[in-house]
Amino acid sequence: MTEPAFVEAPSGTAAATEVRTSVDLSAVAAGDTLPPLRVHVTRADLVRYAGASGDLNPIHWSERFAVGVGLPNVIAHGMLTMALAGRLVTAWVRDPAAVIGYATRFTRPVVVPDDDEGVAVELTGVVKDVVAEGDGRVATVALSAAVDGKTVLGRTVARVRLPA
Amino acid sequence: MIADHVGRTLPPSPPYLVGREKVREFALAVGVGASVCTDLDAARAAGHPDLVAPPTFAATFTLPLMEAFLRDPAVGWDYGRMVHGEQSFTAHRPLRAGDEVVTTLHVDDLRTRAGSLFLTLRCEVADAAGDPVLTAVSLMVTTAGEVA
Repeated sequence: MTEPAFVEAPSGTAAATEVRTSVDLSAVAAGDTLPPLRVHVTRADLVRYAGASGDLNPIHWSERFAVGVGLPNVIAHGMLTMALAGRLVTAWVRDPAAVIGYATRFTRPVVVPDDDEGVAVELTGVVKDVVAEGDGRVATVALSAAVDGKTVLGRTVARVRLPA
Repeated sequence: MIADHVGRTLPPSPPYLVGREKVREFALAVGVGASVCTDLDAARAAGHPDLVAPPTFAATFTLPLMEAFLRDPAVGWDYGRMVHGEQSFTAHRPLRAGDEVVTTLHVDDLRTRAGSLFLTLRCEVADAAGDPVLTAVSLMVTTAGEVA
C-alpha cells in the first residue's frame, strides 16, 4: 500500500492559517478520500489547548503526575485529538457550520514527548455514503487517526451537510 | 452511589455566554483556521451573526459540568481513575459567539463490565429562547469498587 500524500501541519497556531481544499462538493460520492493531514503535536500545543478548553488535568502537562498514575508519559487531551481529526472535515467542506454530527472513541493515548518535534498524528478520511436530506445532501465521513501506524481513535464519524 | 443517579436529570446550568475571543482562541488551539471561526467579517459574509464555534467547542462548557457532577463525593465516582471513552456532538444549529446557552445534564446509562463502570452522560444545550442548539454525549469509564 502506498502512503497517502500527507500535508504536514502544526497542531495549534498563533495566527489563523486557513487550509481549504478545492474539492468539488457537488460531485462528492461514497469512496472519495479526504486530503490526508499529518499534525505535529508538542507539549506547547497541549498547554495551549489546556488553556483554550479549560481542561487542566495534569496528565496533559505534568510528566511527574502522568507517570505517577501509570501512563508512559504526558498524553494529549482526547478532545484535542478529536478536534484535530475534525480539521480534515472542516478543511474539506470549507465550512465548520456544515458539520452536523461528530463522534469518536478514544482507543489509545497519544503520548507527547518533551521535544521540539512532538508526536505526529496521521489523519485520513473517506466518504462512506451521501444521502439526500431536507433540501440538500448529507455525507457520512469515516475518519482515522494513527500514531506510528496504530490507531488512536476508533469509529470516528462525521456527518456533513453538503451545499445544495 | 452512582447507580442511584441513573435516569436523573440535573438542574439546568447557569447561562454560558459563548465569547468571540474564546471561539477564536479555541479555533487557533486546535488549528481550525476557517475564517468563519476567526474573522468576524468572514462570518457575517457567510450569514452568521458572529464567529462560528468549531465542532468540538462545546467541550469547553459541557465537560466542566460533568466533572462537577462526577467529583461530588455523594455521587461515588472514582474521578481520579476516570478515562474519557467516547464523545459525540450533534448540532441542531450552528453554535456561535454571542449565544447564551443553558446546559441540562442527563445521566442516561450505567454498565459494569470487566471491573469497570461505563457511564453515559448527555448534555442538552439550548439557547436563550429555549431552542435546542446541540447534544453532547460522553461515555466515561472508571474502575468499579473501592470508591473513596
